[in-house]
Amino acid sequence: MEKAIKKYFPIFVLPTMLAFAIGFIAPFLLGIYLSFCKFTTVTDAKFIGISNYTKILGDSVFIHSLWYTALFTVVSVILINVLAFIVAMFLTKGIRGTNVFRTVFFMPNLIGGIILGYIWQLLLNGILAHFQRTLTYSSTYGFWGLIILMCWQQVGYMMIIYISGIQSIPGELTEAAKIDGASSWQALRHVTLPMLMPSITICTFLTLTNGFKLFDQNLALTNGAPSRMSEMLALNIYNTFYGRTGYEGVGQAKAVVFFLIVAVIALVQNKLTRSREVQQ
Amino acid sequence: MGTRKTKNGWILTVVFSMISLLYLYPIVLVFVNSFKKKAYISKYPFKIPTDKMYVGMENYVRGVEKTGLFSALGWSLFITVFSVAVIILCCSMCAWYISRVKNKTTSVIYTFCLFAMVVPFQMEMYTLSKIANMLHLDTPWGLIIIYLGFGAGLAIFMFSGFMKSIPLEIEEAAMIDGCTPLQTFFQIVLPISKPTCITVVILEVMWIWNDYLLPSLVLDTKKYKTIPIAVQYLKGGYGSIDMGAMMGVLVISIIPIIIFYLFCQKYIIEGVIAGAVKG
Repeated sequence: MEKAIKKYFPIFVLPTMLAFAIGFIAPFLLGIYLSFCKFTTVTDAKFIGISNYTKILGDSVFIHSLWYTALFTVVSVILINVLAFIVAMFLTKGIRGTNVFRTVFFMPNLIGGIILGYIWQLLLNGILAHFQRTLTYSSTYGFWGLIILMCWQQVGYMMIIYISGIQSIPGELTEAAKIDGASSWQALRHVTLPMLMPSITICTFLTLTNGFKLFDQNLALTNGAPSRMSEMLALNIYNTFYGRTGYEGVGQAKAVVFFLIVAVIALVQNKLTRSREVQQ
Repeated sequence: MGTRKTKNGWILTVVFSMISLLYLYPIVLVFVNSFKKKAYISKYPFKIPTDKMYVGMENYVRGVEKTGLFSALGWSLFITVFSVAVIILCCSMCAWYISRVKNKTTSVIYTFCLFAMVVPFQMEMYTLSKIANMLHLDTPWGLIIIYLGFGAGLAIFMFSGFMKSIPLEIEEAAMIDGCTPLQTFFQIVLPISKPTCITVVILEVMWIWNDYLLPSLVLDTKKYKTIPIAVQYLKGGYGSIDMGAMMGVLVISIIPIIIFYLFCQKYIIEGVIAGAVKG
């Protein structure tokens, strides 16, 4: 059978691979090459070694956005996962209206980041106006505004994953723990949480990368104001490319650094949590 | 124990009902403000539009005119439907091939797909937009090809994960009965893979419909806009936003999503769970 299928390579694989080569592989390789070049368009690139990378180190706005993004990611990962887990615990108790609540909490996920950004800009600026402030008054307001927005959007998504995880834990396990005299806290700590490790792995991974790669919401809510202080990594890279001519190479070098950070996080996080999962 | 549980349940229902109402409040707020005169929106966002503030449909008319929203809606629909259809067709075929033919090429393809899922878009955005321009892919039709390339990683990963679990005997029997690989794929493998198709459709639709950065860089935005591009277009170059038009545009953008969600809710939630388990 394998031989018969093999002849069909051009029909089955080629279209996807061509698109993959144009849309992914070529831009990726060209991107790595260009990060070592000075250029304003792709055709006038001149190789200049690592000086784009050394320029990044002196870019205080970039370093600030790196820490700002890191802090944002940590806070949002913890808040979203804790809230989603608590809501999931309540919505698996069989209370009335569970389906309606689930529907409501998940809904913001279908709305795009740009639209979400402007919705929350209206609401948060409206509230802050009572204190004679706006979201762009200082980067702290932008930070917490973005945190609230991301919680509102993602708690529902993670809740869905936690609910399906909780429902797949066999009832006998918690029953047995109860009979052995475990309090509800102990049952949660020693039975539910270890059994939920696969869901926790997925949700931390998703919230971690979503936080790190955040762009649309950042652009719409504050656009980095005031004076680029609420600018996250992705937006910083975008502004380096399109904000200033002559800095395209630096932008590309930043993008490579960004990619490396995301890749390392993904690998480390995956290793760490997978090792703690319960074998079934 | 039994009575305590029901009593608690009743309180929880009330608490969660209130939280749900609060959860919907931001969307309701935009809806309410869309009927307000634009000068009053930033000043009194929480007030109900009374006679002096009420403007009827004016904001909607102006928003649609300023952004060309209906053509953006059309292009968003066109791009999403055809990109997702192409992704499903091409990636399911590719995934079947690489899960049935074992050699160096197929294992390299698979590794690339895993790799593609980790790479952030910022790594590719500049070079991709230049390449797309050079190859004249800066139209909605060209965008479909780019989405195929960009969405291939996740789709192939999901499809091949499922197809590995299909018993080989079924396909072998079909081939012995004289089916060509193409017939085997379309008459047997693809119908069996329907649940995975639905999952991939849901995940890709949620991504492509809401995607802002990729189309805004690749498309010639003077000619073609998608919904997120139209919304961001209102922001304009320097500072002030026409809040009235913005509210109208936001409401019109949200309505199709909510309708789609209410009709396909079951599939969407199942798709998200299935996608998460395999991802």
